[in-house]
Amino acid sequence: MEQQYIDLYKAHHALIKEHSAAVMNESRDEAFALFSTLGFPTTKLENYMYTDLRPSLEADYGLNVRRLDFPVDPYQAFQCDVPGIDSYLYFVVNDGFYPEIDDRNKDLPKGVIICGLKEASEKYPELVQKYYGKLSREKKDGLVAFNGAFAQDGFFMYVPKNVELPRPVQLINIMRSDVDFLANAHNLIIIEENAKAQLLVCDHTQDDVRFLANRVTEVFVGEYATYDHYKLENTHNRMTNLATLLIDQKASSNVIANVITLHNGVSRNSIEVALNGKHCETEVCGMVIADKNQTVDNFTSVLHNMPECHSDELFKYVLDDVSKGAFTGRLFVEKDAQKTRAYQTNRNILLNRTAKMRTKPQLEIFADDVKCSHGATIGQLDDNALFYMRSRGIPYAEARLLLMNAFMADVLDYIRIDALRDRMKMLVEKRLRGELSKCEGCVICQ
Amino acid sequence: MLVIKDLHANIDGKEILKGLSLTVKPGEIHAIMGPNGSGKSTLSSVITGNPSFEVTHGSIDFNEKDLLELAPEERANEGIFLSFQYPVEIPGVSMVNFMRAAINEQRKYRNEPAVSATDFLRLMREKKELVEMDSKLTNRAVNEGFSGGEKKKNEIFQMAMLEPKLAILDETDSGLDIDALRIVANGVNKLKSPDNATILITHYQRLLDYITPDFVHVLYDGKIVKSGGKELALELESRGYDWIKQEVEA
Ligand SMILES: Nc1ncnc2c1ncn2[C@@H]1O[C@H](COP(=O)(O)OP(=O)(O)O)[C@@H](O)[C@H]1O
Ligand SMILES: [Mg+2]
Repeated sequence: MEQQYIDLYKAHHALIKEHSAAVMNESRDEAFALFSTLGFPTTKLENYMYTDLRPSLEADYGLNVRRLDFPVDPYQAFQCDVPGIDSYLYFVVNDGFYPEIDDRNKDLPKGVIICGLKEASEKYPELVQKYYGKLSREKKDGLVAFNGAFAQDGFFMYVPKNVELPRPVQLINIMRSDVDFLANAHNLIIIEENAKAQLLVCDHTQDDVRFLANRVTEVFVGEYATYDHYKLENTHNRMTNLATLLIDQKASSNVIANVITLHNGVSRNSIEVALNGKHCETEVCGMVIADKNQTVDNFTSVLHNMPECHSDELFKYVLDDVSKGAFTGRLFVEKDAQKTRAYQTNRNILLNRTAKMRTKPQLEIFADDVKCSHGATIGQLDDNALFYMRSRGIPYAEARLLLMNAFMADVLDYIRIDALRDRMKMLVEKRLRGELSKCEGCVICQ
Repeated sequence: MLVIKDLHANIDGKEILKGLSLTVKPGEIHAIMGPNGSGKSTLSSVITGNPSFEVTHGSIDFNEKDLLELAPEERANEGIFLSFQYPVEIPGVSMVNFMRAAINEQRKYRNEPAVSATDFLRLMREKKELVEMDSKLTNRAVNEGFSGGEKKKNEIFQMAMLEPKLAILDETDSGLDIDALRIVANGVNKLKSPDNATILITHYQRLLDYITPDFVHVLYDGKIVKSGGKELALELESRGYDWIKQEVEA
């Protein structure tokens, strides 16, 4: 499985480097060496035990190491902007940043840089070098190493000290190809001291082929900075979406990471938030709505490395048919991280006996003065509540829908962009109704 | 209006109703009394179509329709309402959304257009006043964190909103203080008309001081073993149920 990529790298590493940037190339061979040793993760590894990625990884995907342009104009094809959100809008097609074609983003505050990672690496090498790979290189993880070896571009966002973005930034990831296709993108996000930014990442697929995306996102949040990261996946079921989100929080920073899977094929989200300064606040949350044979595996780590931080974690799943869900909530509290407050909840509803959910809290607490709690439940919709509603004339299907919407409501409350929250409520409701959850006016999501 | 004939019903394979018959006509108030565990709540569950219960024999007709053929929501929209002995909490579903859904389903069933926002709010306000319900409660999730008395008032509030043809009140009086009892009884009396009927399931004579029943039935071991006028309730109040049990067993 790995071998074809090992051979490919050996044969074409010069080409890969030629079409990337020096800063990204510096650690490329090292990442490749690590990938050659680790290979792709298997279910034998504790962190990957719930989801067998082999069937997804075995397929024969095309890659685009020469960075040939794909015939697509996302600005034309894609009307998926969340109405009312009024965002700064950017596209990454497969793994390449798509050049901006109009001036809708022209009023970005001074000093803010948003562009492709390759371009940033060329234009601002010192800045990128200071951060690129700082989190991902530490990971002994086959997917992250694979990304380090093959990623040539991605999304870059830099918000300097004391700057607040007046509008959310929206990144649309589109998979577009006529043949089965694999893309490794690397995203780098830097929010400096006391800066404030919100990013909404939308993952979509365009063509009816098999896709594999292996994306690594590194986020650096400075002291007193505030950062919201919303990821909304709405892809077709021939997509395998492997996403690693690594967040480094400095003292007194405030972060929300909210990962929503509305529609997908096979998804694996590895989310790691490291609280590396005192008084950090973090909310890690997510929801999954899956049916048919969809698979969603959220693996989360919250690392309390410093004292007096507060983390809340909330994940909710509604699974139907033969879909599979997995949740791991790793909570690590360092010996000196006193006065930590860390709370974790995972609640799941199985609509069908054939759906499967695996959930595992994983607490490693080495400090003694902490407040931690965790809880996980797997259940069905409350029959008594259903009957109560029906006895008031509300039909069974509608009553179920009300209960499922209610079940998901608190995850949506963690969205701090009003227009996005309203939109999500509607999309969730549509999805639960069994209607396609594609964005309004979207012509390319399946 | 309601005609129950020789009704047998099980839960988990255990027979609870063992041949119950009852006829209720428009404008009538029937009180059903009986010791704990005799099957009163089971009867209300079966009439409203709770899927946990299985009807093994007999029939229930409501305005000439075979009720057993209808889903719970259809029965509700035909005009049957149950004030639950134990109202259910539904976290995350607001009272407003819940009531709007219920009202609109009822209107849809009657081929009427959905209620306008202003009409709906006016209706809510009117009915809240009727049962003297605190406005705060209707801003909350259904029954969530309501006290016992508030839950019971909420049932009557919902009844007032839906204006059923047949209301079944399952021990709506238990756990209420005198004030709440008066409010609940008052609500029921105000909603009374010659076209609708009420079944009051109760333990105590207390509620019957406020609402005068036309008939009183004693339900014991899954059957109606004795029926009479309102004086039967008084007799039960003073003599208890033992004499009924003895009569039945004799
Ligand atoms: N959900 C249930 N599962 C099993 N048995 C039940 C259930 N509900 C009621 N029963 C049984 O049915 C009988 C009648 O109960 P119920 O109808 O609640 O009586 P009542 O309302 O007259 O007090 C009791 O013996 C009770 O134990
Ligand atoms: Mg009862």
